[in-house]
Amino acid sequence: MTVLLSPDLGSVESRAQLRRAVRDEAAAASERLARRATETRRAIVRMISTAGQGHIGGDLSVTDILTTLFDAVLNVDPANPAWAERDRFVLSKGHCAAALYATLAHSGFFPTEALASFMQPLSPLNGHPNRVKVPGVETNTGPLGHGLPVAVGTAIGAKLLGSPSRTFVVLGDGEMQEGSNWEALMSAAHFELDNLTVIVDRNRLQQGARTEDTSSLDPLDDKLAAFGLEVRVVDGHDYGQLLDAFAPSTSGKPVGVIANTVKGKGVSFIEDRVEWHHKVPSPDQVAAALEELS
Amino acid sequence: MSTSTTESASEAPVYDNRTAFADELIALARADARVVAVCNDSVGSSNLTAFREEFPDRLINVGIAEQNMVGVGAGLANAGLIPFVCAASPFLTGRSLEQIKADVAYSAQNVVLCGMSPGMAYGELGPTHHSVEDLSWLRALPGLDIAVPADRMQTRQALRALVAEPRPAFLRVGRHKVPDVTPEGAPWERGRFLTLREGDDATLIATGTLVSRALAAAELLEADGISARVLNAAWIAPLDEAAVLSAAAETRAIVVAEEANVSGGLGAAVASLVAQQPAGARPPVRLAGLTEFAPTGSTDFLLEYFGLTASDLARHAREAMVHG
Repeated sequence: MTVLLSPDLGSVESRAQLRRAVRDEAAAASERLARRATETRRAIVRMISTAGQGHIGGDLSVTDILTTLFDAVLNVDPANPAWAERDRFVLSKGHCAAALYATLAHSGFFPTEALASFMQPLSPLNGHPNRVKVPGVETNTGPLGHGLPVAVGTAIGAKLLGSPSRTFVVLGDGEMQEGSNWEALMSAAHFELDNLTVIVDRNRLQQGARTEDTSSLDPLDDKLAAFGLEVRVVDGHDYGQLLDAFAPSTSGKPVGVIANTVKGKGVSFIEDRVEWHHKVPSPDQVAAALEELS
Repeated sequence: MSTSTTESASEAPVYDNRTAFADELIALARADARVVAVCNDSVGSSNLTAFREEFPDRLINVGIAEQNMVGVGAGLANAGLIPFVCAASPFLTGRSLEQIKADVAYSAQNVVLCGMSPGMAYGELGPTHHSVEDLSWLRALPGLDIAVPADRMQTRQALRALVAEPRPAFLRVGRHKVPDVTPEGAPWERGRFLTLREGDDATLIATGTLVSRALAAAELLEADGISARVLNAAWIAPLDEAAVLSAAAETRAIVVAEEANVSGGLGAAVASLVAQQPAGARPPVRLAGLTEFAPTGSTDFLLEYFGLTASDLARHAREAMVHG
């Protein structure tokens, strides 16, 4: 945001110039994020095709959230992933490991060549993330309802240590059916964790059906607000809205971001179709998907 | 019926290990700002009231929410703290088993899980409040130490060791009063049993509340001319395989005693190791522990009901030596 340094607001002309500059910078940031997200989506399609396994629908719905966080929000150092005062990122929906791995690799945590080993024998890139083996992973997830309690712990820890570290956790919307999340939300509010951002990837589909046809979550915004969060509802594929949503709490409360997304985003024949929760694309479908993601 | 003192090696005074636990945790917290406690509303039953008074910010009470409690502990460890997660053992281990597996053991987070009032300490409250499955459940998890301090001194030693070298661990912190059994100056070594009595005929391997009873059983056996070795199995994982194999090679019977289910606990660990030894180094093994949900009764009553007394342990040893 160098353009914002020492702005001269004295004249109508300079104010207009500043507005244009801010708009231009935001547009440039969005373009950069869009390019990175497309790279990540292409990597995801290839990884799942090679592995013959994976959770492509949720990977593609969460990609813009991960890209925005790792490119423009998180204070992390890929060269020193254990840096004590780093921001913590927890992918609670651990089945979307492919999206996380591709994002981490594109962010410099490990070489992109490693992505080809996804789910291959003895690869560190397991079907669910392992912090012991993969730099940038904070906790081992997979069973649902685990990431948010851990994120509450890292946020409490940062406060106890006087660390500026912020914690971000991404949950699937179906995952909100797990009771442990609501235990953790009560703690997040009780301990006034304004350094915690809870992001729900609201793609409205779970493994077997729509969330609202399974165990309905709406009104999720009211529920999160009732549990004491500062709630921000955004388009989970709009980088500008995501960037605003990931800004620090303004209320002293933990932030809850409901990111409305499309499961399978970016590949037309996968978008919003329940059967693509963990279906694997055929070679022809891979070619078609990569064509769309170019 | 027997009392814990008459079943012990002597008429020595008995102590609740939670007192030593609370005192030592406060001492460690004074010396190391990383030490924090996490609990599930169990401030009183975990003996954390004094800790809270001195370190109000470092006692994180998440309320009655055990899954969240263990996850929060893992997050605190990730942040660089040394969390002691304290709750009644049945709820800590049962309700949060998947968190212990995924967030602590598999994630290799240095969380100390403190199972308070384990075994049948909550006697009459019944099997819902007994923690006799904990050793079986947790022994199935790689990467998690399981320690059962037998007395006040070992309780303090265990806490000090875990602050000096934090690692994922489960500590069984006894509530049922027991006498001191550890000799002054005895070391606390990870994965090592402590030999409390030498013997060449039979070996009694006991853990927690059963250690003093095994010592009393050795006295009874000595009166019969049987020399019994007594090992305090304060470590369930890692198991002291060398001590078990020495007992198998050097004595003619092994009795394992625990205030826990025999399916999968210390006895099962010892038996499976001994069973894999060649003929000649495979003495008979008898397991003393629980085999069913407990009926109503006090802790002492239930220990007697399940054959966890000195005389029962001595009888097991005699029968194993005679009948194989």
